[in-house]
Amino acid sequence: MKGNVKQEVLALNGDEAVAYAAKQSDVDIVAAYPITPQTIIVERFSEYVANGEVETEFVCTESEHSALTACLAASATGARAFTASASAGLALMHEMLFVTSGCRAPVVMAIANRALSAPLNIHGDHSDTMAQRDSGWIQIYVENAQEAYDSVIQAFRIAENPEVLLPAIVGLDGFTLSHTLENVGVLPDDAVKKFVGTRQFPLITNHKGKKVPFRLDPENPTTMGPIALPNYYFEFKRQQEEAMKNALSVIRQVHDEYAQLSGRRYGDGLLEPYHMDDAEFATVCLGSTAGTVKAVVDELRAEGVKAGLLRMRTFRPLPVEGIVEALKNVKAVAVMDRSMSFGSHGGPVFHEVRHALYDLGKRPYVVNYVYGLGGRDTSPTQIRGIYEDLQKIIKTKSVEKLVNYVGLRE
Amino acid sequence: MTAKEKSWKEIAPAGVCWKSSTEFLTGDWKTYMPVRDPEKCTRCLLCVIFCPDGAIHWKPEKEDIEFDFNFCKGCGICANECPTKAIEMKLG
Repeated sequence: MKGNVKQEVLALNGDEAVAYAAKQSDVDIVAAYPITPQTIIVERFSEYVANGEVETEFVCTESEHSALTACLAASATGARAFTASASAGLALMHEMLFVTSGCRAPVVMAIANRALSAPLNIHGDHSDTMAQRDSGWIQIYVENAQEAYDSVIQAFRIAENPEVLLPAIVGLDGFTLSHTLENVGVLPDDAVKKFVGTRQFPLITNHKGKKVPFRLDPENPTTMGPIALPNYYFEFKRQQEEAMKNALSVIRQVHDEYAQLSGRRYGDGLLEPYHMDDAEFATVCLGSTAGTVKAVVDELRAEGVKAGLLRMRTFRPLPVEGIVEALKNVKAVAVMDRSMSFGSHGGPVFHEVRHALYDLGKRPYVVNYVYGLGGRDTSPTQIRGIYEDLQKIIKTKSVEKLVNYVGLRE
Repeated sequence: MTAKEKSWKEIAPAGVCWKSSTEFLTGDWKTYMPVRDPEKCTRCLLCVIFCPDGAIHWKPEKEDIEFDFNFCKGCGICANECPTKAIEMKLG
């Protein structure tokens, strides 16, 4: 598939690709605090500011809590806000994540996914963003630096859509993607600027009964996020759920429009099936590990094994219908989790995929593989082992272990 | 909750207020209400200054104070501050 515009190929690591996308997306404010493995994103961006390549206001804050607060406040006035963080930084933002989504501020944040302490570990896994899955943010997990670039640009359009108005996280695996140099095709500046456009505001009725744009404006004063007691709080949360439902179609639509421009597609923007049409044995996974799984699927297909992969690009909102459609005819499914939900019998992705399949009359076997915590490498041999386990389950018609730990020393 | 309260489809996002704060009558939060003895009261107006809700007003035409029970939350600060103990908090 060929795009509509001429593209340049740059050698960028994942973090640089994210910074480059933010640079082109006409961002009004970046407020950030450095943390490995995200630091390169804001370092590069601060260079763009210092060189006069962008007109963005760059705010160095004293903590991640403040960084997100500054982004939220700017976003509420109608500005386009971007930040980046990881691990403990995201954890420190926890309170403000809910305030941002509750205020319906479409802040875009890149997360270079990293493990949480203790013990201290700077390497990649999904513990940080999975711990924030219920914070009301859209979550997109990318497979490579190219997709990191493409997804940040798309994220602004998705988050700012008046039918959505939700903040969005673009997650890229720490080090595996954040620090690895790849060839990244970049669109011309003007094409990105035109694609992201300017923010559109829905009209709301203010306290004087006047229709005004939904943003903080001294000419048309409104109050955002004040107290809502038991008689109204629930209704505002229901609105956020509706916005997430709307996001499902907006993500697909923005992805399609971007594909016309760039020539690049990631499934339908929500899920990327790989050899799933006639698959009997499938894995579901998020992030960079999908690249390794695809290579293993190719090997297995060459050997005659009907293996497939369903890569979940969008985890919030959860594309339930697509998951059911892709997995309904599969015999056995291995859901891969790069984080743990202690005491819950499996990881978060496992719970949700298994839950999505519950209403099927004839359900596949669904088992869980927790892998790659704290940056542990997951090899093609280990993934092959997962597909062998799935074949064994079908052969013996029994599941030996529901939750498995890949490469863990017993 | 009453039937006239709005559904989630009828309200603006993010808790944006559709009424001015002066229309939210918060006086019904109170358990105790201030009762003043006009004989003991010297009209020093300390209660007007101390009231955290601005719910005690000086009425020049009456040359007297007036409690606005639409906003008085019955905190009792006026009674506590009154130098002549002219205000008593009573179960309202």
